[in-house]
Amino acid sequence: MNIPIITEIIENKKEAEDIRTISFYFSEKIIPGQFLMIWIPNVDEIPMSVSYNNREIKGITFRKVGEATSALYDLKKGEKIGIRGPYGNGFSLKGKHILFVGGGTGIATLAPAVEEAIKKDIKSTVIIGVKNKSELFFEKRFNECGANVVVSTNDGSAGKKGLASEIAKKILQKEKIDSVITCGPELMMKTLLNYSNGISLQASLERYIKCAIGICGQCCIGEGLRVCVEGPVFDSNSLKNIEDFGVYKRDAAGIKITY
Amino acid sequence: MYLTFGGTLPDITTNISGIKLQNPTMLASGIMDENSGSIKRIIDCGAGAIVTKSIGLKARKGYPNPTVIELEHGILNAMGLPNPGIENYCEEIKLFENSKTPIIGSIYGSNSKEFIKLGKKMENYGVSALELNLSCPHAKSYGLELGCDPKIVQKITSAVKQNSGIPVFVKLSPNVTDIVQIAKAAEDGNADAIVAINTVKAMKIDIELKKPILSNKIGGYSGSAIKPIGIRCVYELSTNLNIPIIGVGGITNGIDALEYIMAGASAVQIGSGVYYRGPEIFKKVCDEIKNWMKTHKIIQLTDIIGAAQK
Repeated sequence: MNIPIITEIIENKKEAEDIRTISFYFSEKIIPGQFLMIWIPNVDEIPMSVSYNNREIKGITFRKVGEATSALYDLKKGEKIGIRGPYGNGFSLKGKHILFVGGGTGIATLAPAVEEAIKKDIKSTVIIGVKNKSELFFEKRFNECGANVVVSTNDGSAGKKGLASEIAKKILQKEKIDSVITCGPELMMKTLLNYSNGISLQASLERYIKCAIGICGQCCIGEGLRVCVEGPVFDSNSLKNIEDFGVYKRDAAGIKITY
Repeated sequence: MYLTFGGTLPDITTNISGIKLQNPTMLASGIMDENSGSIKRIIDCGAGAIVTKSIGLKARKGYPNPTVIELEHGILNAMGLPNPGIENYCEEIKLFENSKTPIIGSIYGSNSKEFIKLGKKMENYGVSALELNLSCPHAKSYGLELGCDPKIVQKITSAVKQNSGIPVFVKLSPNVTDIVQIAKAAEDGNADAIVAINTVKAMKIDIELKKPILSNKIGGYSGSAIKPIGIRCVYELSTNLNIPIIGVGGITNGIDALEYIMAGASAVQIGSGVYYRGPEIFKKVCDEIKNWMKTHKIIQLTDIIGAAQK
């Protein structure tokens, strides 16, 4: 069965400006990069990858952007939501040195992957790219778990001034990186794909998802790849053949929206 | 034709109102058929024909999620007819103008005028036939709201027929007192074939929240659970009508498809089966049909259409 399991909010915590984490009991095993469908009764059901991946308790970290995330933002301890999943493929953590590049709330998706990579003794460099200092979160968490952390902001209010992809380019030139893992704005990920020449890259894509079980076709990209089943993580080889990547997504009606 | 089977491969081609299908498995409307990429994938997976998403005059976002859930024996959905609208759909489907696999354009409207307009557009896009959605069970003023009235069904079917040069199929709902009466009205309107059945009206309630899970509350049930209902409808339709029937509802393997064919279906459509066995289901079902035919020494699939009526 694929129906939401009802669970209670354990905690709702502020991470940065307009960004919060809610945690809840959910004991299914999740591979970092897989996603859950989060049902906010009377509002909507949206896909979210977990930012905290403990055995019994999971967390999601999100920015207040629309109706659904605003409703999540305001949830209080003890209030109920429905969870189904996990869905999709997740990241594959291989190599001696992985470069993680997170843009905006994409950082939340990478967090459990970074922690797992370090557990596997894989050297991990994390670039956190945000617009400004007020949107910065998880810097301390990555430092504490043993990753090399580089912060970049568009305005220079924290860390280095500049785009995360340009910082990644320099690191790729200087250090021996075996694999790049990224989640964030699609144009950033597309730039990274161009910079990662020959180095394997995995990008977690975001699309409007309805069924999450691979039948409705809403999230299909390229030649019928279902983001909810064959994704949301795609590797360099697939990305090069997906004409949608970095070009357009589709709205709920299936109309193309160019980036 | 129960002949001795000697070396010849079983022939599973079939024919609906002059449209030749390489095999009897068609993609049902609403499943991975909203954009050109996913349609191409299903063609590559071996479907004998593709029925498009139901397309209306204007773009429609459909209902908020949850729109689809999987229950014990089937899938419950209320998508709310999301589609990009007939103008935007052009670029998705024009690519298949010369496709060897027939494309059937599914359309929905609220009256004859709208259906005529949509039918003409689809025909211009190069589809091989039209499928009139007179059976969606969960969209206000569309689908079943028209498809439960024989007079309206006849009027719309006949209006589309008079204004199109390609075959017209009418997809019907089991959520009526007598599906045969509705189908006869379509036949009187000169429909070329009947597609049966659309999903069965159903609901799932979460008892913790004391709420229906689907945002639309009521949805349509598909998958294995509804197969016996579909089989009964196809049997009744096939014995009472003179036009071909396309069977749909709960087909996940070759045996299910054969059951529909023996009930009287000339071809079948697969929807939820894509969830149970992946997009590769089309080839798998065809192989299973061929294997059964080999074992039972049947050369021509069309020979067993309606076999259960004898």
